[in-house]
Amino acid sequence: MIPSASLLDFLARGDRVAEAAPWPRVVLDRPGWQALLKRLAAPGWELISEWAEAAMVHVALRDAEDGAVAIASLPCPEGHFPSLAAVRPGALRLERAIRDLWGLEPEGHDDPRPWLDHGRWGCRAPLAPIPQPALSDPPPYPFLPAEGEGLHQIPVGPVHAGVIEPGHFRFHAQGEAVVRLEARLGYTHKGIAALATGQSLTAAARLAGRISGDATVAYALAFARAAEAACGAVVPPRAHSLRALFAELERLAGHLLDIGGIANDAAFAILLAQTMILREQILETNRDLFGHRLLMDRVVPGGVSDDLPPEATARLRDLLDGLGPALARIRYLYENTPSLSDRTQGTGILSPALAHRFGAGGVIGRASGRSHDARQSPGYPPYERLDLTVPMLLKGDVDARVMVRFAEAAESLRLIGRILLELPSGPVRAALPARAGEGLALVESFRGEVALWLRLDESGRIAGFHAHDPSWFQWPLLEAAIEGNIVADFPLCNKSFNCSYSGHDQ
Amino acid sequence: MIPPVARLMLRSLLAGPVTRRDLPPPDPAQATELALALAHTVRRRLGRSLAIRAVDAGSCNGCELEIHAATGPVYDLERFGLHFVASPRHADVLLVTGPVTTNMAEALRRTYEAMPAPKWVVALGDCGRDGGCFAGSYAVLGGVSAVLPVDLTIPGCPPEPQAILAGFLALLK
Repeated sequence: MIPSASLLDFLARGDRVAEAAPWPRVVLDRPGWQALLKRLAAPGWELISEWAEAAMVHVALRDAEDGAVAIASLPCPEGHFPSLAAVRPGALRLERAIRDLWGLEPEGHDDPRPWLDHGRWGCRAPLAPIPQPALSDPPPYPFLPAEGEGLHQIPVGPVHAGVIEPGHFRFHAQGEAVVRLEARLGYTHKGIAALATGQSLTAAARLAGRISGDATVAYALAFARAAEAACGAVVPPRAHSLRALFAELERLAGHLLDIGGIANDAAFAILLAQTMILREQILETNRDLFGHRLLMDRVVPGGVSDDLPPEATARLRDLLDGLGPALARIRYLYENTPSLSDRTQGTGILSPALAHRFGAGGVIGRASGRSHDARQSPGYPPYERLDLTVPMLLKGDVDARVMVRFAEAAESLRLIGRILLELPSGPVRAALPARAGEGLALVESFRGEVALWLRLDESGRIAGFHAHDPSWFQWPLLEAAIEGNIVADFPLCNKSFNCSYSGHDQ
Repeated sequence: MIPPVARLMLRSLLAGPVTRRDLPPPDPAQATELALALAHTVRRRLGRSLAIRAVDAGSCNGCELEIHAATGPVYDLERFGLHFVASPRHADVLLVTGPVTTNMAEALRRTYEAMPAPKWVVALGDCGRDGGCFAGSYAVLGGVSAVLPVDLTIPGCPPEPQAILAGFLALLK
């Protein structure tokens, strides 16, 4: 039997929190949470994120049927809560992180190993009201075993051969074939949630923009939208358009680097050189027009930091005119180089079933049959009037992830042109009323859906903070996609996922 | 049929190089910080060639993006004899980004210890300088100097590729 009640109907049983915006937050009792757990065993409701506060655990959910978003909360004064991981595998690592950071124990969770806590923080449960003392030595970390004749282990990282972020990968291989890959992350954990708490909006916005540097606009936008929802600010229409302009420039620059990087990991370096030239054109334009190559700190709570300089429209049009044909040429090169196609096609296949099971978003989801895009659902201005097209493929291999990126890059080019054409006039920043409240924002970064939740106290300072990177639901799938591939194709698969270490570890 | 890659190469050949020539001179403040004597040692021992090993000790990955830009075709760091190597055992310079997280401190220290002498440490970005906006966290030790002796700091959030190049050129000039 498929239960018919919608997410909002189901949550009507709990106590609705008055100040939560723009989506409801409902406090459930223990039986209510158990019922939720039971309902989550069936498909239909998607996990957006799970996090905690002192003696309270929150889960953000989306009803795939009607797109409704809501947060369910369970008070856990005894320090434990029924785990969602058995019904939603995407919650496995989130709940290990909850145990590490807040000291709340997920009941029925079958992985006792810590995740972000490497035993080096000087304390345990640093976000709990009373942190626990640290263990004397960093405990050993047992990787999941793989047994069989001729199996050997290959440890890689946290320091890698290239200029990339740190993380450890443990391969179990039989000859060349990968039997099991397990990642160990947390190396770049900086304690951002703790740092943000107690800060002013300005200081916390700066931090939010540095959760994952390559998605700085998306994070700054998510933070700003959450803060605006919490305090009820109304953002002027011109600011919405400029934010989308920045976001699409970031998406374009990110996809260009990824497309080139994937080709480079298949030993086709000339394509990386070509995309780097285009990317550099975008970053130079960003710097000249907006004062920062990566557009850090340009999106602020209330709007954007500065209006467009007078020469911006002409300069951006020139940029678009050059990028369009150049991108088409690079795509033609990619599609018509057999030695490259030989590496990317059929490599690192992620099945649509797994992508749905983990709720993987971004390019990874869209290359494996899951078309979710936060710009469409729940959607945010100005995209509802830009006729956004979201590409989707079913193959789920490296090639599909490249082709989705090509399609999204072309769409970003079109969106930028459209935004420039229909740019509203007026102010670009609104004042924020200082008042207490809670806000959640969902924003599509070039990597997938960023969720950011915050609570403000009466003085407008941060009293609670949680940022969710799309990589949480993508990292585990890399381990599935690489299975049966050769070790030498790992860089290629990894680059085609391009998950964020810093965004995940925070 | 002419393969598309051949067509691209011909087009690139006719269009000329994209590499920027208008690079800023090395920042005098950085040159003094480095101590000119050190620059002298570098040049005497290594000529104009430096092998760099980059380690991310906890950055937000913004600095990595700009390192990539500096090695890309437009800034082309290799034309000055600077190149990135895959192993610390081949490196003269350790380029460290990010605040040093408690979880990365040991890996960073071990990477440094694996490098042969003489060796130098460059801290890249505001976080590498003093921990930046992440200083004071339970999970962050501070800037690179909290763990290793730092010879040169290239500030910025993140430093632009010109600044990265100018910083390294201060080591060579």
